[in-house]
Amino acid sequence: MNEVELLNWARGPGLAYAIIIMVAGLTLRVFEIVSLGRPKELAKVRSSGTSDGLMMIAKRSIPEPRNWRYITASYIFHIGLLIVVFFFIPHTQFFRDLFGVFWGGWPNYIIDFFTVLSIAAMMYTLIQRRIDPARRILTKASDYLAWVVTFLPFVTGYMAFHRLGPDYTLMLALHILSVELLMVMLPMTKLTHAVTFVLSRYYTGSSMGRRGIKA
Amino acid sequence: MSTSFEQGVNTLKRLIDAPIASYFSSCTNCGICSQACVFATETEDPKYTPIRRLEPMRRVWEQEYTVVGKLKKLIGLSKKLTMQDFEDNVHLTFESCTTCGRCSMMCPSGNDIVYMIRKMREALTAAGLAPKELQGAAVRTIEKGSVMGFPMNTLESMIEAAEEETGIKINVDEPNVDYLVLLSSAEVMQFNEIIGALAQIFEQAGVTWTFSTKAHEAGNPGMHMGASEIEAIMINNIVEAAEELNIKKVISPECGHAYMAIRWEGPNVIGRPYPFEVYHIIEVLDELREQGRLKTSGTEDARLTFHDPCQAARRGGVNQPQRNLLNMVTTNFIEMKHNRACNWCCGGGGGVNTMEKTEPMRLKIFHRKRTQIEELDVDTVVTMCATCRNTLEEGMEENNMDIEVLGLTEVVANHLLKEKES
Repeated sequence: MNEVELLNWARGPGLAYAIIIMVAGLTLRVFEIVSLGRPKELAKVRSSGTSDGLMMIAKRSIPEPRNWRYITASYIFHIGLLIVVFFFIPHTQFFRDLFGVFWGGWPNYIIDFFTVLSIAAMMYTLIQRRIDPARRILTKASDYLAWVVTFLPFVTGYMAFHRLGPDYTLMLALHILSVELLMVMLPMTKLTHAVTFVLSRYYTGSSMGRRGIKA
Repeated sequence: MSTSFEQGVNTLKRLIDAPIASYFSSCTNCGICSQACVFATETEDPKYTPIRRLEPMRRVWEQEYTVVGKLKKLIGLSKKLTMQDFEDNVHLTFESCTTCGRCSMMCPSGNDIVYMIRKMREALTAAGLAPKELQGAAVRTIEKGSVMGFPMNTLESMIEAAEEETGIKINVDEPNVDYLVLLSSAEVMQFNEIIGALAQIFEQAGVTWTFSTKAHEAGNPGMHMGASEIEAIMINNIVEAAEELNIKKVISPECGHAYMAIRWEGPNVIGRPYPFEVYHIIEVLDELREQGRLKTSGTEDARLTFHDPCQAARRGGVNQPQRNLLNMVTTNFIEMKHNRACNWCCGGGGGVNTMEKTEPMRLKIFHRKRTQIEELDVDTVVTMCATCRNTLEEGMEENNMDIEVLGLTEVVANHLLKEKES
């Protein structure tokens, strides 16, 4: 298999497999959660909690300034990730081909800036994992795996765009493959939080809302 | 109640629900909860990181309720839970956690960590590992209806004293009145001026109320133990008392965990909604204030602050009434830097201050509260929980802080408009 064949496989069957595994896996993960059910609240509630739950999904994204040491790099990374994934022009074309929806991409220099920023932020979080006592004691091997599969698409994408590495076609193929690896790992690691955070925030927000707590 | 390791594991299996599964799925091991917990910040020991305390529960969840975990178990990649894991967890779940729930306010994934701690305690109790002090309190409450073992006649003699002092008749077992009033053991033992204070406030507001010989305390060690069956016995006593007396409103005392037990957990542990409503005493006073039935005169002019008790404010949702009342009778009320739902824990709740061996730790972590209070340069700290009050007094005495600690009901009662003035 040469570079071109590899690229074609990544763009075709590879992508299809990755999407199937990701969607099926995440569906299973959500089913695993929801199927456990939630006990009915029998105490007299102050509100139904539904709107508090929905609000919480957004509200817990607001940074807590008190924890800036802990969160600054994570915020930079998450914002960078969303910008690079959804506003790099070739990515917008990919989504147009897949979903038929098109939105304007952003200039390359902005994407480049956020790519470098995200890579730096990720490296900082990795160092933090090693040196911060609380993170260190919590970290499991799979957390490093999650970090690696998230890091690879950034690096391969950056290299492909700047024509670094042995061959552009090969780099592009590796970039797409790394994204597919990330998609496959999404339901199997802590990366699942990308989806399940909606549930956890909703559950907590609604139960606090029932008690009349503004959280 | 028979206990065993298997029962502990089975309890975890039974209690893991959709919210808990979502919490473990969403936790990214980011460690921010370590910044929320007073035990973690003051000891700087990472083992007190809140989510880490739930490792046994996480393992049961993964092995029993996820496909990945089941596969890992099949090929021998996952560690089986042992009794040792439970034993090691007692310190983390009972002795160094007040279930204050500040961690639940800070988690970016929205994980309600303390919701899981409550259930982890239930599993440890099922495994026979509940701290003996809590077991003792539970036995006393079942036998005598009082956490500290005060029989009804102790309270009756206090009622008589309060009647003599105030000249107001205080009802016991009076049916068809507005409110059934419950106390906490700490109030009966140390802060019994509350009885006269309530009598005066209610007399002035035209509220009818009674104590019940069937249920005179709301304290519930069953909740601290995480023993829902024991918790239910105590709740049922109160429900029966209110039903027999045909009372539609029950008042929870100035005690955070009692409020949590009777107001929020109660109907869920007995498995049916109440035929009455439950209010924290401070909610009742604030309602009377709003209706213009609480008349005060004069103000407290000392610099004072308010300590929000975790179970009433952060977890129970009573955050505004105490401020309305303070603004009514004080002129120099200053908020702590972190307040309401984000207040720092006193360090004594959740049964922690009943365990003698926790004393050195309690005094160490009090540093946080001390800093919070000292930076305000106040003369008085007001609160609405007897356990907080005790813990604050203990910590201040140890640190030679010359600051008075008061219960809010008492502060209000001190400024009640006397009849001759009105």
